Parts: sequence; structure tokens; C-alpha cells
Amino acid sequence: MKKDSREKVIAVQKIQDYLFHKITFFFASLVLLFLIGIIITLVIAALPTFKEFGFGFFISDDWDIVNKKFGILISVYGTLVTAFIALLIAVPISFGIAIFLTEICPPMLKRFLGTAIELLAAVPSIIYGMFGLFVFAPFYGSYIQPFLQSTIGKIPFVGVIVSGPMNGIGMLCAGIILSFMIIPFIASVMRDVIEIVPLVIKESAYGIGCTTWEVVTKIVIPYGKNGIIGGIMLGLGRALGETMAVTFVIGNAQKIKLSLFAPGASISSTLANQFGEAEPGLHYSSLFALGLGLFIITFVVLTAAKLMLRNMEKKEGVKS
Amino acid sequence: MMDLAIYKRRKTKNIIGLFLSNFAMLLGIAALLSILFVLFYNGFAAIDFNFFVNSTPAAGSPNGGLANAIIGSLMIVGITTLLSTPAGILAGIYLSEYSGGNIFGSITRFISDIMLSAPSIVIGLFVYAVYVSKVRHYSGYAGAFALSLIAIPVILRTTENMLRLIPVQLREAAFALGAPKWKVSINIVLRAARNGVLTGLLLAIARVSGETAPLLFTALSNQYFTSSLNKPTANLPVVIYQFALSPYKNWISLAWGGALLITLTVLLLNIIARVFLKENKTA
Repeated sequence: MKKDSREKVIAVQKIQDYLFHKITFFFASLVLLFLIGIIITLVIAALPTFKEFGFGFFISDDWDIVNKKFGILISVYGTLVTAFIALLIAVPISFGIAIFLTEICPPMLKRFLGTAIELLAAVPSIIYGMFGLFVFAPFYGSYIQPFLQSTIGKIPFVGVIVSGPMNGIGMLCAGIILSFMIIPFIASVMRDVIEIVPLVIKESAYGIGCTTWEVVTKIVIPYGKNGIIGGIMLGLGRALGETMAVTFVIGNAQKIKLSLFAPGASISSTLANQFGEAEPGLHYSSLFALGLGLFIITFVVLTAAKLMLRNMEKKEGVKS
Repeated sequence: MMDLAIYKRRKTKNIIGLFLSNFAMLLGIAALLSILFVLFYNGFAAIDFNFFVNSTPAAGSPNGGLANAIIGSLMIVGITTLLSTPAGILAGIYLSEYSGGNIFGSITRFISDIMLSAPSIVIGLFVYAVYVSKVRHYSGYAGAFALSLIAIPVILRTTENMLRLIPVQLREAAFALGAPKWKVSINIVLRAARNGVLTGLLLAIARVSGETAPLLFTALSNQYFTSSLNKPTANLPVVIYQFALSPYKNWISLAWGGALLITLTVLLLNIIARVFLKENKTA
């Protein structure tokens, strides 16, 4: 009698365990299903465009809604240029912040200042957009743009990148705003990289008389090279896909201009601006094709970032 | 003599390098402070009693508030939390307790790390294609669905990381008493890691509260109050976006008010999450 009930309990628990295993497995597989779903959905929705333009879609700089001629180049150009500007500004600043937090900062302030930088990443992107449009753009238009034009603008050939009217918005402005959005991400990875460098190595360098700057540039950077590149790629991935901040300040013009002062369009800003009004048909499916392009680009960049950072985690594992 | 010159040069280099690092830090802090200052300066004036009780005004008409958008946002984020919390936590339990070293586990981990940073506007496109275009109208549910896709990877990864911190001995002790695995996972491991898991939840809520791009094509917005999420639903981020780019002075002012409200909420959630995590670590 007693033995029977015990076996019953065991049987019930076995079923429960089996179900629990399958349920948690189901939810874990959701992530994969969604990824596959996203790619398939975008491909299907973009099919009419690929059928109409074929490979030409990827090398055409048309974006003509009236005559129904579409190509991906304008938006990709804007996306890459703004992201590149953002990296150019964000990488040195993030590096400085990481050095400050690990090597210079008094321990008392470390937690406080570290949190402040991380909060910069928490500010919603639409706030960056508003800040960029209403506060930064006027300042940029009346001080930074004239300054750049009177310095870089005087150099032959190179000067063309800062030519044109100075009205505050444009690709350079979008790049600058973007840079401040990705600084916290890059800085926090760089900080982790610097912190996993074994103390012995750093102390040896200090011991033979290296300055802090030399320790950082000649010991820490070579040691954590992969991690640092991974962090930069992570920032790049963020910058490529950022929507709201860019849409506010890029100017939204479907043109490729050499000047960084000129308005442009990124993939995400084109989507945010045009998707709401797009009629079903070529325009609509071309926007999906843009989205697919963006997803693939960021996927590749983020995968590369993850792989480089994984090497770093392995190193950390060896250390501990 | 020669040595002294080298020594001097190295020292100058060091000072310049460290000075630039200080400057970079200053720039970062200045960016945060100036954003907060501008938000308070422009947003505080817009927030009064009407801000919380009136609905969004029509074009050109004075007054009005953001009541419908605030309620809409709360509802959408609420549904998102209800959808993504169990999904994220259960998936996290799988990765930490069951996956071991199997390939499926590593792939899921990898993909969810990438989804963490994937462009949110593409998620909006996806939900539009599979949901909005099928039912032929924008809806709050579609918005919550899109936000859940962003929240799940956040919850999943923090849950997994927190569960992994729990010592194996704790699990073994429970197994030795004859507890089945599901009871050990939920009543022992998950309970021991609850502060950390809660941190992940708060961070996920903070993250989705400010997301605008995925809501543009899903929840859209609504000028009026609606209690049904099956219709286009007003929500703070999209209203801020539309109002900020409008030519009307009172709309722009309301947008600043909404921006202040949303930023303070998000930053507060982040700070609370950090406090939780700290307590967890010291415990």
C-alpha cells in the first residue's frame, strides 16, 4: 500500500519533469524561431523588389517613389557614413573614459562615475533625437560648422566634405549624436578588457619604470586587442541600426552628396519616414528589402563582435 | 644628458595622455548632465495637472495633456512584461539548467546576444508583416508583441547568468533530498537568484519603455483615449516623436514634458536595478 503511493509520486514527478524540460526548451527555441521568422518574413515581403530589379537593387542609387525606381545605395551610404563618423569620434573618447575609470579615477568616485556613463546608454534614443534637433543642431550650425569650413574647408580636395550651407542638420550632425549614444557601450567593453589584464603584467611594466600612459598603450592594448576590437564592432552594430536619433537630425534627403554638411538618409531613417505612407507595391516591398539589408549588415557586424569578445572571455576563464 | 631628454619626453607624453583621458570623461559626464538639464528646463514647464488628466490636443488647439499616451504606454509595457517575463525566465532556466554544453544551447545564447543589439526598427517591420498587415489595423497588442521580442533576450540572458552563479552544491543538496529537477530549478535555484533575475526584468522594462522605432509600425498612435489594445494605441514614445517634429508650440512643449517623464522613469528603473544587483552581490 505504502509502496504503491510512493511509486505514484515518482511517476507523477517524472511526468512533471518531462513537461518542465519540454516547456523550457520550447521557450528557449522561441529565440531561434523568431530569428528565422524575421529573415523569412523580410525576404518574402521584399520578393517583388528583387524580382523587379534583380541584383540591380543593390547597386542602384535611385530612390524615386513617383517613377517606382528603387535602389539600396543611398540609404546604405548614409548608414555607413554616419556610423563611421560616430566610430571616429566615439572610439578615442570611449578609450579615454575606460582609462580614466580603470587607471586614474579615485576608488571613491569609481562606482558613481561608472554608473553615470552607463546611464548615458539607458537614455532612450528618441531623447537623443530631440536633444540633437533642438539643442545640439543650432549650436553645431552656428559654431562647429563655420569653424570646420574655415579650417578643413580651406584644404584643396578635402575641403569638399565640409562645403555647402550650414543649417545645423546633416550627416555629420547625425554622426556626432550617434557617437554619444555608442560611447557607453564601447567604453564599458574597453573597461572590462583593461580590468582582465593580469595585475602581474601591469605591475611588471610599472616596476621597470613605465608611465601609466605607456602601460596602457604598450601593455594593456596589445593584451586586450581582440576585446577592444569586439567592443568597437559592438558599437558599430548599434550605430548602424539606430533609428530615432538619426531620423531627427540627418535631414532625410534621398541623395548621395560628398559633403558631410548635406542632408542624407540612412536605412533606418528612410524606414521611419516612409513606411507609414508607403502604398502596397514596389515602394512597400523595397522598404522591406532595405530592412532586410540592414538586418543582414548588423547581423554580420554583431556576429564578428561576438566572436572577438568570446576569445576575451576565454582569456578571462584562464585567469580565474 | 640624453637620458634626461627621453625621460622628459615620456613624462610629457604621459601627462598629455592622462589629461586627454580626463577630458574624455568630462565630455561624457557633460553630455549626460546637459541632456538632463535640457530635459528639466524644457519639460518641467509642461508638466502640470492637465498634463496627467487631459488627452493629446488636436492640431492647433491649445492646452491638452498626455493622459492617453501615458495610460497607453503603461498598458503596452504591462502586456509586454506579462508576455516576456515567463518566456524569458523559462528560456533562461533551460539554458542554465538543461543545455549543459549542447550545440542548441550555444546557438540560442549566441542568437539572443545578437538580438540584444539588433536594430529595433526591423523588429517593427517583422511584426507589421506577420500581424498588422494580416489583421489590417494597427494595434496596441502588436506593439506589445514587438516590444516582447526586444525584452525576451534581455531577460533570458540575465536570468541565465544569475542562475549560473548559484553554487552546484545547493542543487545537489536538494536532489539528495529527492526533489525533482523542476522543483529544484524553480524553488531552489530561481529563488536563490531572484534579486538578480529581478534586475534583468527591470532592465528589460526600462529598455522597452523608451523604444520608439518598433512602435511606429505597430501600435502607431491615437489622438483619443482607448481602453482597448486592439486599436491603434497612443503611447509616449510615438507621441513624443510626432509632436516634437510638429510646427505647433504647445505640441513641442508637451513632447518635452513626455520626454522628461520617460527619461526619469527609465533612469530610475536602471538605478533601482543596480541597487538590487548590489544587494545580491553582497548577500
